[in-house]
Amino acid sequence: MLILAAALLTQSVAEPPVDWDKEFGVEEKMRDPVTGEFPVDPYVQGDGNAGAKPFDGVAMADAFGGQAGIRRIANRTVELSEADPRIAAIFASHDMVRLKRTLFEQFCYILNAGCIYTGRDMTASHKDLGVRTRDMNALVENLQRAMREENVSFAAQNRFLAKLAPMSGAVITR
Amino acid sequence: MDQPLPLRGLLAGLAFSCVLASPAAAQESALLDGGKLLLTNGVATIEGTSGGGLATWATISGRETDVGVGLSAHGTIIELPDYGWTSYGLSVGLFDRVELSYARQNFDTRDVGTALGLGEGYMLNQDVFAATLRIAGDVVYGNPLVPQIAAGVQHKRSSDTPVALAVGAANGQGTDFTLSATKLFLSHSVLVNTTARLTKANQGGLLGFGSAGENSYSLQFEGSVAYQLSRRAVIGAEYRTKPDNLAIAREGDWWDLFAAYAVTKNLTVTAAYVDLGSIATFDNQRGGFLSAQLAF
Repeated sequence: MLILAAALLTQSVAEPPVDWDKEFGVEEKMRDPVTGEFPVDPYVQGDGNAGAKPFDGVAMADAFGGQAGIRRIANRTVELSEADPRIAAIFASHDMVRLKRTLFEQFCYILNAGCIYTGRDMTASHKDLGVRTRDMNALVENLQRAMREENVSFAAQNRFLAKLAPMSGAVITR
Repeated sequence: MDQPLPLRGLLAGLAFSCVLASPAAAQESALLDGGKLLLTNGVATIEGTSGGGLATWATISGRETDVGVGLSAHGTIIELPDYGWTSYGLSVGLFDRVELSYARQNFDTRDVGTALGLGEGYMLNQDVFAATLRIAGDVVYGNPLVPQIAAGVQHKRSSDTPVALAVGAANGQGTDFTLSATKLFLSHSVLVNTTARLTKANQGGLLGFGSAGENSYSLQFEGSVAYQLSRRAVIGAEYRTKPDNLAIAREGDWWDLFAAYAVTKNLTVTAAYVDLGSIATFDNQRGGFLSAQLAF
């Protein structure tokens, strides 16, 4: 009995647990210790990826409360959407740290508030998300609420949405 | 003739809301998805189609998007110096692509009925069955210079064909054909609609269709401009040209100034000042328009 137990114990010690991720070639993604973001496949960066030309002048940046206001609006839009039962599933498995940054950069660039956009283009960043028109509408409503909470005038909200609305073709994939 | 039932449409709408509100899951269900942006279903016209009150737009009724079905009910009252109007109707929107609607129009001739020898308070009634197909474009999304375009058919059946014939109309039934283009120019918060309509209708069909002297289709125009004050509030103006077929009475164009408010995502109230011109020789028919629409 004792010998049998010892044999089993020896055997289990001798064979380390199988690393299935390694067996199947799965690389574990680690958040960058500085940015807190997961790495993404390389892509060509450029302001053209933002999907819209920026406004002229500073009126729109001012209407959105400068970079500080734009950052709050971008973060709030993401947080509202993560908590929105209509579209939470689309956001669930994605890097919200990176999304908040790139969304801020995109908004800031388009509003001419002094940023460059370093994210992917709209087609690449929405590929495989399966966004429908109703999902885009839900996102628009969350963005409208975030802008409203920052006291952005309705006319300025719509001027900004006018830059985003033509992106629907790249965003809506089904 | 039918008695006026100004609240019937509203009651029908409320009955709708009760039926639909009971299962909480309805909002989440794929079929009744309710995902359309606020006010982008327009408000019911007097013909029961989606539009701005007097003018038919390229919008599709109901709050559905391309993956769902929408339902809409409305009631409208117009108070004029010499006449009273009530209309109510139901509409189904299919996948933000097809709209099928029905409206009942009741036109109270009041004292004019006596003058015309019809009897005081004689009611002119008409049923309007309409179908609209969105052909291309999106009222909000896509290329900012490409409007949503829709084609429609409105089949109108007067319940008072003898009266229509007596005033000189050729028919008590008729069919209008519409082609509409609607776009929300977000950069200016302005919505613009233009509609071309082929019609023979006299006073929208309440006085029949065509006449002995003029019984061919004429091309008429409807234009609407609206300004979005907020997500819920919009003000605007509409103009609608009409044929002038009847020999016994001059018929002019219609126009209105309107304000619409989305009280909730399901209830939209529209108030307007309307000028319906001269109707059956009684000029200056200007008055108030009030409409409520429930949409899911």
